[in-house]
Amino acid sequence: MSSLLSKERIVAPPNFNRWLIPPCALATHLCIGQAYALSVFNLPLTQELGITQSLPTDWKLTELGWIFTIAMFFLGLSAAVFGKWVQAQGPRMSGLVAAACWGLGFLIGAVGIKEHQLWLVYFGYGVLGGCGLGIGYITPVSTLIAWFPDRRGMATGMAIMGFGGGALMASPLSVLLMKQFASPTSTGVTQTWVVLGLTYLLVMSAGAFGYRVPVAGWKPRGWVPPVAKPGALVAKFDVTPGRVLTTRQFWCLWIVLCFNVTAGIGVLGQASAMIQEVFKGTINAGAAAGFVGLLSLFNMGGRFFWASLSDRIGRKATYGCFFVLGPVMYALVPLSGQMGSVVLFVACFCVILTMYGGGFATIPAYLADIFGTKYVGAIHGRLLTAWSVAGILGPVLVNYLREFQINSGIPKHQAYNVTMYIMAALLIVAFFANLAVKPVTERHAEPEAHPGRRPLTV
Amino acid sequence: MAPPTQPPLYRDASPEALAVSGGQIVTLGLAWLGVGLPLAWGVLETLRKAMALFQ
Repeated sequence: MSSLLSKERIVAPPNFNRWLIPPCALATHLCIGQAYALSVFNLPLTQELGITQSLPTDWKLTELGWIFTIAMFFLGLSAAVFGKWVQAQGPRMSGLVAAACWGLGFLIGAVGIKEHQLWLVYFGYGVLGGCGLGIGYITPVSTLIAWFPDRRGMATGMAIMGFGGGALMASPLSVLLMKQFASPTSTGVTQTWVVLGLTYLLVMSAGAFGYRVPVAGWKPRGWVPPVAKPGALVAKFDVTPGRVLTTRQFWCLWIVLCFNVTAGIGVLGQASAMIQEVFKGTINAGAAAGFVGLLSLFNMGGRFFWASLSDRIGRKATYGCFFVLGPVMYALVPLSGQMGSVVLFVACFCVILTMYGGGFATIPAYLADIFGTKYVGAIHGRLLTAWSVAGILGPVLVNYLREFQINSGIPKHQAYNVTMYIMAALLIVAFFANLAVKPVTERHAEPEAHPGRRPLTV
Repeated sequence: MAPPTQPPLYRDASPEALAVSGGQIVTLGLAWLGVGLPLAWGVLETLRKAMALFQ
């Protein structure tokens, strides 16, 4: 069994078509991207006992909010802890483990809902599912970078775009399934989670079995690696995941990712309430839901667009765009509220969300440029701890600042203005962190452990 | 005198051009359709919902 899943077993034959790898990566990311659509279950889960209305013994929204928070925490933690293992075992083994964790997480969560045991939902979806998220997220990264050395940004962007797109599928699918399974005695959530868990287990396993890794030293036919100009951010050696933590570049990129995500995630979580409060009387709940959907689309599109663009203009310049354009957009939001311009408000947030997604999608290629491709999966895993921190920082900033503003007597429609300026300031800090990223000095290079015996690059 | 060596009539325009066989085209098509169709459905559903914003 172990040999069937081993990395050596999935070395691609000659003439293997590398364009078969992105669909496998998408199969993984489209499934785990469901995490962004978890909120569709919020209302039915608060009525699990009462069915048509909440009973005093039903779960509260604040208790349910922890499911997502735990999952995000374990996403970052498992990516950091298992990054090296994922890299060592190869994408088939780690893809299957991710499928098992994610699928079983849903099934255990379904038991928790059926028995009305919240701790089981926390454990199933939050802990186990969160580990599936983290392992699944980093599984295809190094494989894609090895297959697409000429288009690293586009290849990883395509996969990570799947994470953004997963919610677009999961949201209507969940609504459809709940409608199908709902009865006078059930909200249909339990059955929906069982169907989703089994489907994700199947699709992610199929994706895992489709992965192939290239032989050592493989290059696309006719492709010559570009000659790096002096001072360019092109790695001439590999840095180990342990050593990487001692470099300034890693922590600069950690700040870059953390602040970029903080700015976007806070907005994403509060988008519906925000647009309804800023344009009270103009935007109703239905239109606000449309706004959230539009943001998800731009979040997904930005992942592909910016990551592909980074192959042409470079990663540093791409993040430079985010941190110049981003503060301008955030500063324009209060103005759009004062002007009463819904179009300007929506346009600003759509651009912001493309850069939020673009930040996620471009970071693996940025890491490969700086630290080399050999350990990029493990290094990426460690960097994702920035996401966990941002996952707490972003919503806290938006929610608490709003509360503080309202308690200080500021009208509700202006309560987000200071938050927007703070988000702009965070992006300006990230601009300088990005500016400080320089090529890694040779003293951080991995010593040649076994000269003459070159391992696989994936 | 031996005739000069002729250059090949067909040169690989893209790295993938020669690598794709008939079977691979089918596999590629199925793999991309498998992920593309559900995603397209999700995008269309989202766009339909987003229309409410501009009504």
